[in-house]
Amino acid sequence: MIAEAGHYALVLALALALIQSTVPILGARLNDGGLMNVARSAALAQFAFVAVSFGALIWLNVTSDFSVLNVYENSHSAKPLLYKITGVWGNHEGSMLLWVSILALFGGLVAAFGNNLPLSLRAHVLAVQAWVASAFYLFILITSNPFLRIANPPIEGRDLNPVLQDIGLAVHPPLLYLGYVGFSISFSFAAAALLEGRLDAAWARWVRPWTLMAWIFLTLGIAMGSYWAYYELGWGGWWFWDPVENASLMPWLAGTALLHSALVMEKRNALKVWTILLAILTFSLSLLGTFLVRSGVLTSVHAFATDPTRGVFILMILCVFIGGSLALFAWRASALKQGGLFAPISREGALVLNNLFLTTACATVFVGTLYPLALEVVTGDKISVGAPFFNLTFGPLMVPLLLAVPFGPLLAWKRGDLLGAAQRLIAAGIVALLVIALVFAWTKGGAVLAPLAIGLAVFVIAGALVDVVERIGLFRNPLPIAARRARGLPRSAWGTLFAHAGVGVALIGIVCETTWNSEHIAAMKEGDTARLAGYELRFDGAMQRQGPNYRELQTRFSISEGGRPIGVMTPSKRSFTTRNTSTTEAALLSRGVSQLYISLGEIDATGAVTVRIYHKPLVLLIWIGPLLMAFGGLLSLSDRRLRVGAPKPAKPQRALQPAE
Amino acid sequence: MALWFVFAIMTAVAVFAVLWPLGRTVRAGREGSEANVYKDQLVELDRDAEVGLIGPAEASAARVEIGRRLLASAETERTAPVTARHGPRRGVAVFALLGLPALALAVYLPLGSPMQGDDPLAGRTKTAAASQPLENLVAQVEAHLEKNPTDGRGWTVLAPVLAKIGRFDDAARAYRNSISYAGETAERRADLGEVLSMAAGGVITADAKGEFERAVKLNADDPKARYFLGLAAEQDGRPKDAAAIWRAMLDKAPADAPWKPMLQAQLARIEGKPLPALPDETIASAQSMSEADRSAMIRGMVDKLAARLQQNGDDVEGWLRLVRAYMVLGDADKARSAQAQARQAVAGNAERLRQLNDGLKQLGLDG
Repeated sequence: MIAEAGHYALVLALALALIQSTVPILGARLNDGGLMNVARSAALAQFAFVAVSFGALIWLNVTSDFSVLNVYENSHSAKPLLYKITGVWGNHEGSMLLWVSILALFGGLVAAFGNNLPLSLRAHVLAVQAWVASAFYLFILITSNPFLRIANPPIEGRDLNPVLQDIGLAVHPPLLYLGYVGFSISFSFAAAALLEGRLDAAWARWVRPWTLMAWIFLTLGIAMGSYWAYYELGWGGWWFWDPVENASLMPWLAGTALLHSALVMEKRNALKVWTILLAILTFSLSLLGTFLVRSGVLTSVHAFATDPTRGVFILMILCVFIGGSLALFAWRASALKQGGLFAPISREGALVLNNLFLTTACATVFVGTLYPLALEVVTGDKISVGAPFFNLTFGPLMVPLLLAVPFGPLLAWKRGDLLGAAQRLIAAGIVALLVIALVFAWTKGGAVLAPLAIGLAVFVIAGALVDVVERIGLFRNPLPIAARRARGLPRSAWGTLFAHAGVGVALIGIVCETTWNSEHIAAMKEGDTARLAGYELRFDGAMQRQGPNYRELQTRFSISEGGRPIGVMTPSKRSFTTRNTSTTEAALLSRGVSQLYISLGEIDATGAVTVRIYHKPLVLLIWIGPLLMAFGGLLSLSDRRLRVGAPKPAKPQRALQPAE
Repeated sequence: MALWFVFAIMTAVAVFAVLWPLGRTVRAGREGSEANVYKDQLVELDRDAEVGLIGPAEASAARVEIGRRLLASAETERTAPVTARHGPRRGVAVFALLGLPALALAVYLPLGSPMQGDDPLAGRTKTAAASQPLENLVAQVEAHLEKNPTDGRGWTVLAPVLAKIGRFDDAARAYRNSISYAGETAERRADLGEVLSMAAGGVITADAKGEFERAVKLNADDPKARYFLGLAAEQDGRPKDAAAIWRAMLDKAPADAPWKPMLQAQLARIEGKPLPALPDETIASAQSMSEADRSAMIRGMVDKLAARLQQNGDDVEGWLRLVRAYMVLGDADKARSAQAQARQAVAGNAERLRQLNDGLKQLGLDG
């Protein structure tokens, strides 16, 4: 009964979404409050039914009900409870159900907490949201139904892909989807504004928290996915420029640009049309990501199932929504009133620069990801666009962007003073130069550019600090006054500090890991010792162990530094009988923010194990950076204050004239 | 019945969600508007100016700008009061009451299986529960052997169990250890060869063949080793050698050897005389019948078998017998359709499907 109730709940959600996508718009046309408010109750009920449906699928997995095809194909009764639950979205059908659940969740949130929105805007937003939802409900019910049954249920299921049997599956996909799908709200707001033909600073105020929320989740989701790949896939890489990773990076870049341009719109009522376009593009890229991952166009860890009908269906959804929204944009954008003006050297100008670089970077990733696919379709040639392409295009684009980051917050709105900002950044520049010199002196070998890149990262961090120091007048005022001003400083300013500093921190991690990581590969027998980066690793032995649904060969290494023992590492290899596959469980040992990494290879006939040992200096900063960025976003989100971009009043030309 | 009741309640909730706002009047001005945002911004500005976050000059400039926006928004803001249009509301209400349930059922009924109950693990047959302790026992024995890897008897006990639960590679390792620590015998060599070929999906690999040859060297009459050497010969494309080996075995075999019928069947298969397996006395009586009677009787039995399999399709052996019978009777179409039916009947069970495909392959049909 639970399986069928879950199935029926999903169908009801579709029916409600269809009503929600039409009735409120009718209401807005007729200016009828009751009809417009149908959007609200329908969105809440729709979320309730999807939640019931998702809950039912979790229940079926937990109780190992193999009369449901999806459970039989992806679960196993001996799997630990956590993986029975996370396995729900460890397959195509379940992950699509998670996708629509989150879509409905965001719709429900707008319905529940959108009290400050004008009635007709809310009705339009929820209607657009329901269009997207209807398309995906149909997709699930027709091509990827998780509730299909088997007449004669088998005794045992086929188990989940062992690589996915990890805590990472509990965290990475939900966070990533919260990010991906969260941008649907910005999209719905943009489409609603175009439908209504009204767009102003208040719109940016209303859409801000939703964009910010989606951005925070996407940041965390990408970082978590990267860390998961790092420790689970067993070769210590954390970013592969894999098309699926790029698919999540593109909405992130566009979303970051959107956040910044929405800021300009909210404070200064400028860049309106561009912001709308970015909102559309960001969600379109999310949809594209879903298409790339779900259609089976790409083969990767993420392609659980490949089925041409699904691909065609998602491609249709993609074309309808991207094409439709861009057509709507082309049709209505000219009707929107243009907003405030600003000088090129101003906060607005800096944010336009940021947008320019971010969207260009996004475009390079787009080309690098889709060009090989397009080429394969057209000519049949298979080419691989790998890290070198992205390092040569994406990297150089990031350098001027990062150089400009500290300047942005220091410039005034409307018309700024570049020289003044530069003067205030001198301290940050000096710190960065000192760090470059120190790194040059201290390290031997490695890329010549590495110390410069670290200097750039330090400049970004120091520049972010300078901004806050300036604003609270830390060295100009006595400490108590500075402290009072620090408390009075909007939390969004602190958010900027953390987010910008996070970029610098991540960059330090990336540069150090790629330049100075060291590697040692050896066939080791019991009692052997390996040395790497000042550490001694002694192979103590191996033992067989029975896990809940796998057998494990666990090895033990004791680590010492200069003769002093500092820890034990236990990398292992697990073999899963049901799917007849094995996984490598790497062992990590953190020393500060650096890590030692051991992963096991083959075991030869004499009992020697191939061991790969890596020392990764400052590697954890790669993920601490995004955490800081997300924390900054959270601070900014918690800032309930309204944003006012106070422009500098146009002074008499005094400042520009030379001293007499 | 309970399910339909749940469906009815769920549908009622969905309908109610649409109807509820239709019966309420919306008071104008309660919801947000642009003007409110700008008014809030002005209040915010005053607060900022008080704390000293913005200078007085900037504050007044901002105040002017927000004031301008406030004026502009007052112009564009819809002045028309929110109305209640009863006609469209009634239309939507009727659609929600009738259309929504109809739509939901129209989508659900072709997709769902409302008559099928849940089947969670807890309520499943005992077979699943019984296999659990076996795996636990195996794990215990393996743990014991990890500590005492030279316990030959332990390996000897463990190996066939591992082979039975399908862990052929581990079983091969266990047999090797059993040979090292408990001594080499023809049976153990032959068993090792068997699991090696099972691990290779039934193919007698060079390794497996080596084991069988070693077994025969130890005991020239070891039936398992000799049988598999015959099979190896067949797989190498030398059916005559295979037949020779097996016939020699049958000649020497004691009368009560349990493997005798199996070997006879194999020999018959290899010599191209496939027969539907019928009880001996039936064949005896059939021999005294006229040609027409005999074929009628055989057809009758085959039909009976077909009817039985329609009722209960789990019997892989039965399906194979049916397909073979149709082939013998020269009815290729029926053989093909029986084959398709068999596949369908056991499709839900991977293990049976594999058996069926193997069997069909042995019959010389596609696999």
